Amino acid sequence: MIAFSLRQFRTQAIIGGAGLVVLGIILLVTGPHLVTIYDTAVAQCRASGGASSDCNNPVISTYSKLQVLATALVLIVPVLIGMFWGAPLVARELETGTFRLAWTQSVSRMRWLLVKLGLVGLASAAVGGLLSLMVTWWFSPIDKVNQDRFGAAAFGTHGFVPAGYALFAFALGATTGLLFRRTLPAMAVTLVGFVVARFAVAYWIRPHFMTPVTKAFGIGPNGGFGFIETPGGALQFTTNPPDFPNALIVSNDVVDNAGQSPSTAFLQKACPNLPGPNGPPPAVQGGQAHAAVSARGQQAFQQCVTTISTKYHQVVTYQPANRFWAFQTYETLLFVVASAALAGLCVWWVRHRLS
Amino acid sequence: MSWVIDAQGLGKRYGRRWALNDCDLQIPSGHVVGLVGPNGAGKTTLLHLAVGLLAPSSGTIAVLGRPPAADPDQLARVGFVAQDTPTYARLTVADHLRFGAQMNSGWDDELATHRITELELGLDQSAGSLSGGQRAQLALTLAVAKRPQLLILDEPVASLDPLARREFLQSLMEFVAEGEVSVVLSSHLVADLERVCDYLIVLVDSRLQLAGEVDDLLASHRRLVGPRRDPASLPSGQAIIDESHTDRQSTLLVRCDGPVLDPAWAVEELSLEDIVLAYMGHARTTRRAGGRQGLEVLS
Repeated sequence: MIAFSLRQFRTQAIIGGAGLVVLGIILLVTGPHLVTIYDTAVAQCRASGGASSDCNNPVISTYSKLQVLATALVLIVPVLIGMFWGAPLVARELETGTFRLAWTQSVSRMRWLLVKLGLVGLASAAVGGLLSLMVTWWFSPIDKVNQDRFGAAAFGTHGFVPAGYALFAFALGATTGLLFRRTLPAMAVTLVGFVVARFAVAYWIRPHFMTPVTKAFGIGPNGGFGFIETPGGALQFTTNPPDFPNALIVSNDVVDNAGQSPSTAFLQKACPNLPGPNGPPPAVQGGQAHAAVSARGQQAFQQCVTTISTKYHQVVTYQPANRFWAFQTYETLLFVVASAALAGLCVWWVRHRLS
Repeated sequence: MSWVIDAQGLGKRYGRRWALNDCDLQIPSGHVVGLVGPNGAGKTTLLHLAVGLLAPSSGTIAVLGRPPAADPDQLARVGFVAQDTPTYARLTVADHLRFGAQMNSGWDDELATHRITELELGLDQSAGSLSGGQRAQLALTLAVAKRPQLLILDEPVASLDPLARREFLQSLMEFVAEGEVSVVLSSHLVADLERVCDYLIVLVDSRLQLAGEVDDLLASHRRLVGPRRDPASLPSGQAIIDESHTDRQSTLLVRCDGPVLDPAWAVEELSLEDIVLAYMGHARTTRRAGGRQGLEVLS
């Protein structure tokens, strides 16, 4: 049973393995060069007192296309695994009728299903994991200058969480293939379902794996104030989040001691003299926008910020950088559990519905 | 008596439609059983229930005394060739033989290799490149090399040309002659089954119409031709399956317990095909009349 499942999987496995090897060679050849640039150009620039953003340029601009490609691959490969390994796994057999051949040999259909799911599932997780480990290694000098490992793109393309994504995409493909009995619709649903699941977890669930750390600031130290006018005409006062390297900012609000944001009425009263038809212009953000307004406007703006800061302060909640691996573990576990649930659905379906 | 298939009140429903309805059937072992009926009569449903690909909606079925596909042992005792003889198109003949060997503990490699050699199939040929007849032979090889006690084939020759049809049935019969194996094969053509079967089941409109040994069926059915008369006047041992009348003459197809003694009738023997067609027509007539369809079982 295992040998035959491997035989059926051979072509797909060769394509996947060959892809990994090719990318591995490219990364192995180029990776050391990135490290050298970081150790020499960046270090020299910093030693001579250069601004950190300027000093980072040599690393950021090296292999910039390969950086995009490698990131894209880690993002896309799981969904490809779901579509091309998962969706056809059972659906092909149902479509071509070969399940009638497979299920009437001396192997129970439950064992048949579990061996197929287990083998290809393991291969999926392995490909996702290996790919991510290679990319994580290659990206390490870039990560050192970007300082954004908790960012949406970096978190999902680093560490071992892509193994969980790949396993989940595979399980989703296999399950939809089993339910629809057709490969093509299963591929389409796998694509959409996986993308939705990834976004939902990244933006709604991931920030809440652990209670975020709360930190309060007066209005000022983090710079970059501004106003946002909502479509309804209400005004909001915003400030830039603080620069926490490699952290995940969960929320960033301007509130009073009772936790209330400044009201539109308060803002209009506090800042009556700002340019614009009804008081402050919308979305004037720090630096550049400041320069565009007149000196009188600047002064009025400064006064307005001072007025606001007497009553309001900035509250930031965030996941600190040292939680990165804990979050990788939680998110991987989440996707592994979801995959197990899908596998359970497959088992139930084959036992009760396909007869 | 051990039955290869023992069905009691067996039924399978898809939504509101019964694909097989209220089927009572007991097939004794050691026969080559032909299952015949028009397309859509429920033949495939019955066979899928017997191999455990389907579960009954009502009633019970036991195959070789046990529930179908209950465990690997039971799976090993029943060989199955599905309709259109599915094989893995991209895998080679050799791959299929390895598949059979890995998936069946009782695999007879010698038999499988011998058959493939005799059929002159290349081991490196992919199943997708085989002709319909060759593919059917490959599927049959997989089914027989697991050494089943019961071999079930669903329309195995339906898509084959006449020559491939004859070769397929020939190699099936060679296997049957070798040892103790019961066979059930379905077809919508009586002609396919006539030469190989010694037991016949007729299924029409999801209901069992007739089941019995071919010799008994031939011996007990007659066509009576004579002057026009009321069919109700027949003796009690004779049941009318089909009738047609002209102004002066009646032609009756009857099942009779004993010899027909009435000298007014010219008595003709029937071919198996005549009998099967009569029962199919009978089912249609009773359905039109709205009456309960008769079930005739001979054994």
